[in-house]
Amino acid sequence: MTVARRNPAPSGAWHVRVDRARCQGHARCVALAPEIFEADALGNGRAIGDGVVAPALVGKLRLAAANCPEHAITVAEG
Amino acid sequence: MAERPPVADWASDFDPLDPDWVEDPYPLWREMRWRCPVAHTERFMGVYFASRYADVRDIAYDSEHFSSRRLFVREQTMEPIPAPPITSDPPAHRADRMVLLPAFTPNAVKRLEPHTRAICRDLVARIAGRCDGGRGECDGAEDYAQEIPTRVTARLLGISEEGGARFRRWIRDFFEKGITDVAIAERVVGELIEFFDAEIARRKREPGDDLVTYLLNARRDGEALSDAHINGTLRLMLFAGIDTTWSAIGTCLWHLASHNEDRRRLAAEPDLIPNAVEEMLRAYSPVTMAREIVKETEIGGVRFAPGEMAMLSFPAANRDPAMFADPDRIDITRGENRHAAFGLGIHRCIGAHLARLEMTVALEEWLKAFPEFGLAPGERVEWSAGTVRGPRRLRLVLGGSGGSSR
Repeated sequence: MTVARRNPAPSGAWHVRVDRARCQGHARCVALAPEIFEADALGNGRAIGDGVVAPALVGKLRLAAANCPEHAITVAEG
Repeated sequence: MAERPPVADWASDFDPLDPDWVEDPYPLWREMRWRCPVAHTERFMGVYFASRYADVRDIAYDSEHFSSRRLFVREQTMEPIPAPPITSDPPAHRADRMVLLPAFTPNAVKRLEPHTRAICRDLVARIAGRCDGGRGECDGAEDYAQEIPTRVTARLLGISEEGGARFRRWIRDFFEKGITDVAIAERVVGELIEFFDAEIARRKREPGDDLVTYLLNARRDGEALSDAHINGTLRLMLFAGIDTTWSAIGTCLWHLASHNEDRRRLAAEPDLIPNAVEEMLRAYSPVTMAREIVKETEIGGVRFAPGEMAMLSFPAANRDPAMFADPDRIDITRGENRHAAFGLGIHRCIGAHLARLEMTVALEEWLKAFPEFGLAPGERVEWSAGTVRGPRRLRLVLGGSGGSSR
């Protein structure tokens, strides 16, 4: 997991991005954090909506990122 | 299996068919990872074996030097026979794979859950029917594990579930006997081409809700697939979908039969089953693929010679302490788990989500009926050798963990 620290936003929200070039559709993120990730028509993972994650879901976000076999998930704070 | 010359040195003469490797490969791989992380053997016309996660990943990611046109280590040369997309290399691979991906997304395979559950319940009821007062014996591999993916795959392909024994004979001949006698593997491919040609012809007359019809309607870069392409993909479905998952389910039963604490915990907390499935996939990954070296290269400081094969041991990679904390400990609550049981890179197993579904449902239904079971005392567990590792004979005592445990 790559954690890039920016200035924390007042909301404390986190951003997540799935690297489409790395993702191979293991879909561990979709299984572990369905509130944050969904599978596209080919089964590849992508962040739901604009990829902003509420602070309450950060634990699930970290778990999903730590289970991606292709290291395709990038998490950024703020 | 015929008597094989004993291994002189695991660094330069390893043998994946050696009885020690077949029985319990993990201590051997641990030693090899430390002493000779990239081993070589002159057996099988020359093969390399990487046991570190990073080296296995490098091979899996490198389709320039490692081709998928040959995927199995055999004692004689077998002409490559395309079974797209698994035998495809870039650039054709991408379009070949796109054809199949929509049929195997997590959502698409969920449609098979009710049928999978019905199969498991039916098998469990049959086994329970033979028990006396809740106690009895069965073979977890033959009576349960092998039946589930055989029937699910038959349903997926729209072919009769009655043909299961025939599918399994084809698969075992191809993967086990076909390693040392290529003529057997070639005969199986010939029989399968004939079998699926008849299925393709039938579906052209009577379309169904199945993968054969799906492939007949599919477009690859806007073009319909040739019958030969469809036939290759259907052979892949049969080879890849059955003994892999059968081995994975059987290995889970073997683990739970021999680890009372894990069994009791999963029986009491079935919500933990999906995580336990991932951990058992990591610790006992059933599938070892191979690649043909098509261009000279170097991995882990060892030169790889073109024309020879490189084993892609996801099972060994998944026990690498550089990647997994305490890798030989099976921890059904493990959090971080980037296991490579379904491969890495562009050839990631397309059926992974279906396999996970089958394993999860199989364990849920089994543990509901048999929360207590153990290995039958004095009975030997038989493991398959070669591309896919799993128990082929697994005698269990049901009701009370009367068997041996550890």
